[in-house]
Amino acid sequence: MQKTFNASDNYQHTMEAIGYVTRQKATQQDYDRIGFMSGLEVHQQLKTKHKLFCKCPAGIYQKPEEYDAEVIRHMRPTLSELGEYDGTALMEFKTRKKIVYHLANETACTYEVDDTPPFHIDREALEIAIKISLLSKLNIVGEVHITRKQYLDGSIPTGFQRTGIIGVEGEIYLKHKKIRLIQLSLEEDSCREVSDIGHTRVYRTDRLGMPLIETVTYPDCLNPDEVREACDYIRFLNRSTGLVRTGMGAGRQDVNVSCRGGSRVEIKGVAHTKWIPDLTHNESFRQWALLAIRDELKKRIKDTGKWKMSHLELKGKNIPDHERFQNSHLKDQKLMAVNLPGFGGLMSHFTQPGKIFADEIKDRLMVIACLIPPFMMHSEELEPSLHADQWASISKQLKGGDQDAQLLFWGPEEDIATALETIDERCRMAIEGIPNETRKSFADGTTIFERVLPGADRMYPDTDTAPLPLANDYIEKLKEELPTEVIDRYHQLQKWNIPEDTYTYIFSRNLFPLVRRLIEELGIDPVFAGTFIGHTFKFIEGHYTRAAEFNTNMIFGMFKYLLDKGIAMEVAEYMLPHIYEHPKMDFDSVLDSISFKKISEADILSMIPFFKNKFAETARQHTPENEKNWIMGELRKKAVGNIALRKLAATLNS
Amino acid sequence: MSQDFFQGYKGDSLEVLKKYNVRVWGQAEIETTRGPFSGTILPRSENDDDQHIVVKIQTGYNIGIDISTVTDMKETGYKKANYKIPEKEFPITPGLPKVKLFGTGGTIASRLDYRTGAVIPAFSPGELYGAVPELADICNLTTEKVFAVFSENMGPKQYMALAKAIGKEIENGIDGIVIGHGTDTLHHTGAALTFMVQNSPVPIVLVGSQRSSDRPSSDAALNLMHAMKTAGHSDIAEVMVCMFGPTSDEYGLLHKGTRVRKMHSSYRSTFRTIGDTPLARVSRDDIIPIKKHYNHRRKDRNVKILPYFSDQVTMLYYYPGMRPDTLDNLVEAGYKGVIIVGTGLGHVNKELYPAIERAHAKGVHMYMTLQTIWGYVHMFVYDTGRDMMAKGIIPAGNMLPEVAWVKLSWALGQTDDPEAVKKIMLTPINDEITEREPYNGYLVYQGGVPEVEEFVKNVHK
Repeated sequence: MQKTFNASDNYQHTMEAIGYVTRQKATQQDYDRIGFMSGLEVHQQLKTKHKLFCKCPAGIYQKPEEYDAEVIRHMRPTLSELGEYDGTALMEFKTRKKIVYHLANETACTYEVDDTPPFHIDREALEIAIKISLLSKLNIVGEVHITRKQYLDGSIPTGFQRTGIIGVEGEIYLKHKKIRLIQLSLEEDSCREVSDIGHTRVYRTDRLGMPLIETVTYPDCLNPDEVREACDYIRFLNRSTGLVRTGMGAGRQDVNVSCRGGSRVEIKGVAHTKWIPDLTHNESFRQWALLAIRDELKKRIKDTGKWKMSHLELKGKNIPDHERFQNSHLKDQKLMAVNLPGFGGLMSHFTQPGKIFADEIKDRLMVIACLIPPFMMHSEELEPSLHADQWASISKQLKGGDQDAQLLFWGPEEDIATALETIDERCRMAIEGIPNETRKSFADGTTIFERVLPGADRMYPDTDTAPLPLANDYIEKLKEELPTEVIDRYHQLQKWNIPEDTYTYIFSRNLFPLVRRLIEELGIDPVFAGTFIGHTFKFIEGHYTRAAEFNTNMIFGMFKYLLDKGIAMEVAEYMLPHIYEHPKMDFDSVLDSISFKKISEADILSMIPFFKNKFAETARQHTPENEKNWIMGELRKKAVGNIALRKLAATLNS
Repeated sequence: MSQDFFQGYKGDSLEVLKKYNVRVWGQAEIETTRGPFSGTILPRSENDDDQHIVVKIQTGYNIGIDISTVTDMKETGYKKANYKIPEKEFPITPGLPKVKLFGTGGTIASRLDYRTGAVIPAFSPGELYGAVPELADICNLTTEKVFAVFSENMGPKQYMALAKAIGKEIENGIDGIVIGHGTDTLHHTGAALTFMVQNSPVPIVLVGSQRSSDRPSSDAALNLMHAMKTAGHSDIAEVMVCMFGPTSDEYGLLHKGTRVRKMHSSYRSTFRTIGDTPLARVSRDDIIPIKKHYNHRRKDRNVKILPYFSDQVTMLYYYPGMRPDTLDNLVEAGYKGVIIVGTGLGHVNKELYPAIERAHAKGVHMYMTLQTIWGYVHMFVYDTGRDMMAKGIIPAGNMLPEVAWVKLSWALGQTDDPEAVKKIMLTPINDEITEREPYNGYLVYQGGVPEVEEFVKNVHK
C-alpha cells in the first residue's frame, strides 16, 4: 500500500464514486437509479386481558431489577419441517450464548419458561386478528395452524415463536398507489432484552407471550417516503379498531430493503415510523456501495474461489507499541493479525454515513464471536490508531501485498477460532455481494449487523396445538362489527377540509369517531373540530397530567354542554386542561375556575369604543392593525365563550 | 392413485383432492370463496377432521383451507420433502470409553410424524452425532434399537428384553450403558432394571427428555451428554436415572432407579429422588457424588440377569368410602398380588377388612405403601394398622408405590411362597427401602414464604 493513502479521503472519494446523495437531495430518479425496493413487517400488540397461550395477564411490565427467579437456557439448532437447518440457527449456535431469563411471578408462569405446553389460544386475540385481517382485505384461512418459527437468539425461551397465519394476499390503498399484503399472522411477543455482553444475554419475560399481529407487505414501496406512508397506514388501520395497545413498544416494525442486484436486508425493531425514510435510504445506498466493493474485488481477485486470508498471533516484541497492548491491558487475551488480500483501499470504502466496510467485519465479530469492544484495529481507520509504519511492519510479518489490508483483533483464546472464521466468512461474502441479514437500527439512520436473515427453513408445525377451524358464519359475524376503513376516514377528513397535519394524531389515538360525532351530532364546524382535536387536545396531552378517570368522551360532553348553554366554542380551549386534570369536576365549576362570566355579545361590542379611546391615548404607534390587535387582546378574556372571536375581529375590522 | 398420494386425508377432504387431481407434496393453486391461496399440500394428521386441506404457503407457514370454500384447484408442481437428520459417521476416538445406547423410543431423538401430527423417534449413532456432535468428545458410541415404543407402552416384556440385552453387552465388555426412554414410566423401568440386572460392574443410565429434540430449547441434548458422561466416566455402577437437576441448563442429577419419581407433568426438572438425596450431580465436565456409599465400577463381568415378571400384580389406590367389592373383584379377576396405596401412615377404611380377609385367605400377597409419597408406613401407631397387619397386609417401609408394584411383580415371577415373597420384598436390593430418611430427603418448599422466595431468586430451581 502506498504511504500517501488517506482513509478519510478514500471514504469521501468512494462515497462520491457510487453516487451517494443525501436524502434531502435525493429524487425519485436517484432511487430508480439504484433500484430501491422496500416492504414492511408491522408488529402490533393487541389489547387483550391475557397472553396468547397462557392465562398470565398481558400488558404488565416490570422494571429490570424486579424479578423473582432466573432460568438459564442454551439454544441448539434443529431441523425444519422440510429437513433443513436454518442459517441463523447455525450462527446463533456458533455464538455459544448463555441465555438468562428473569421471571416475575406476576407476569410469568411455567408456560413462559417452556416448562408447560401451551393452553388454548386466547379467543379475544384471535377475534381482533381476524377483524384486522378483514380490514386489510386479506383472504381468511379456513383453519389456523400454529407454526413454530425458530428464534435461536433466546428472545423466546422455547427457541421458537408460536405463530398462526390468519389471512393471506390482501391490499391497502395509499394516497397514490396500492400496496399488496403477503400475510397477517397472530403470534406471541418476545422477551425484552436486559443486556447482552460477551457470552451472556439477559432477558425479562413480562412481555413474552403477549398477543401480537404482524402485517407483512410485498416490496412495493419504491422510495423511502412511500415506506413510511405504508407503515403509518397499517398502524392507523390497526389503531382504528380501538382493539390494540398503544404507547411505547406496542407497535414496532421491521423494514425490508434492497437495491437492484442487492439482497433482502431486514432492519429490525424500528420504533418510530419517522425513522423509516432515513434508515431505508441509507440501507439502499449501503447495498449499492457493497456492490461496488464486490465489483472491485472481482476485478482484483482472479480466482475468487481461491481467496484466502492469512493470520498470525502477535507476541512479545511483535506486539505494536500502543497503550492498549501494554501487558496489563491485554491480560489473558490473544492478539491476532490478519491479512486480507485484495481489500486494500476497500476497508475504508463508504458504506453508510460515517461508516466504512471495516465496520461490517467489526459488527459481525461483536455479535458472532462475542468480542467485547474495543477489540479491533485496521490499516484504514478514519482516525488511525497505529502509524503507517507500524502497519507496514504488520503487513510485512503477514507477507501482505500492495493491494492487501490488515486488521488486528484481540479476545479470549476460546473465541479466536470463531472470530477468524467470521472475518473469513464476511470477506468471502463481500466477493459474492450482499449478505442476507437483519440489522439493528439507530436514530441517526444507520444500522449495524444483528444476525443472519432467517428463511423459510425455520418453520416447524407446532405439535402441541390442534388446528383451529374458522367457520364462515363466525367470520361473517366479525365482519359486521368492523369500523370504517382508514382510507375512507382519510378521505372524509379531506372532504371536511381538516388540515393534514392533524391526521397522524387523530388516527394514532383513534379519535376519528370523536371528530365525526362532534361534526355530525353537534354540528360543529369540521375545521374547528379537527384542529381542536389535532392541535389543541394534542397540546394539552403534551403539557398537562392526565387524570386516570379522564376519557375522550368527555370532550364530546363538554361541547354539548357549551352548545346547550349557548356559549361560544372557543372557551373549550381553556376548559379542557381543567377537565383533563380534574375530570370529576362538573362543567359549571370548570367555567368558574377559569373565571368565565356570561356577558352578552352586545355588551362586549359596546366596550369597543371605550378601548378605542384608551388606545388613542396610550398607544405609541397608531396603526389600525395595532389598534385592532390591542383591543382584541384586551377583550379576549371576556369575549371567549361569549362571542366567536372571528366575529369580534370582523367587527373591529369594519 | 394409491393411498400414499393422500397421506392422512380421508372422507370429504380426500374426495376434494381426488376430484381436482392434487396430491400431497404437490404445489397447488387453490380458488376459494375467501379468495385465492397457493402453496404445497401437506399430509394431514389422521385425528384431524376431513373438512380441511393443509397447505404450506410461500413464507413457510402452514394454513388449513376449508373444503366447502374451494371452487377450483390445480397442481402446478410436485416436490416431496425429505425429512432426515443429517447422518454423519460417529467418529471413534482411541482412549474414550465404549458406551452402548439402547433405544426404546421416547423423545431423545425424534422427528415429525404426519400420521399423528406428533413426534416419533429417530435414532442411530449417525443421526445422534448429526444432532449432538459433542457426544463424540465423551465416548465411542454404538447403538441398538431394542424396540420402539412410547414410554407409556413400556411393560414387562420390554423390561425383560432390556435386561437380557444389557447382560449381553456387559459380557461383551462395554464400559457403560445408556438407555433412551420416554419419561412417563422412566422410574418404573429404573426399578425393574435394578431388580433384574444385579451386581452390574458398569453404570446403567436411563435418560429421556421432557421437551422433544425438535425444539431448540430441548433438554434432550444436554441430558444425553450427561448420560454418556455418566455411563463412560462415572465410578457409580448402578441403575440410575439421569435428568435435569434444575429446570435451567446447568447440571443433571443421578437418581437411584428405586428411589426416583416423575413429579411434574411437564417440568424439565421433573425427576426427584424421594426420601433421600440423589446419588450425584453431573455436568459436561465432571461427576460429583452426593452420596458417600454406592456400588463402584469393577473390571469383572459378574453381572446377574434375573428377568422375571408376573403380570398378576395390581395396585389399589385407596379413597374414603372405598367399597369391599373393589378388592374382591381384583381377587376374582385372578390377581395374585396387590399393592395398596393407603392414606397417612398406611391406612384404609374398616369397611374393607372383610375383603382383605377374603383376599388373604385366597393367598393374595398384599403390601402397604403410601399416598403421601414421602415417609414410612407405620402400622403400629394406630389400631387400624395393627388390625390390617393381622389380616395379612405387610407394610413395605418407605418403598415407593410404583417400585413396590414392580418388585412384587418381579418377586411373583420367581415364587408363590408367601415367606419367600416377603423376604424378597423386604430385603432391599438397592435402597428401595432405606433404614433411615435423612433430614434433607424431604424438601417440598412453598412459594410466597420470604426465605423460600429469597432462595428461588438466588438459586436456579
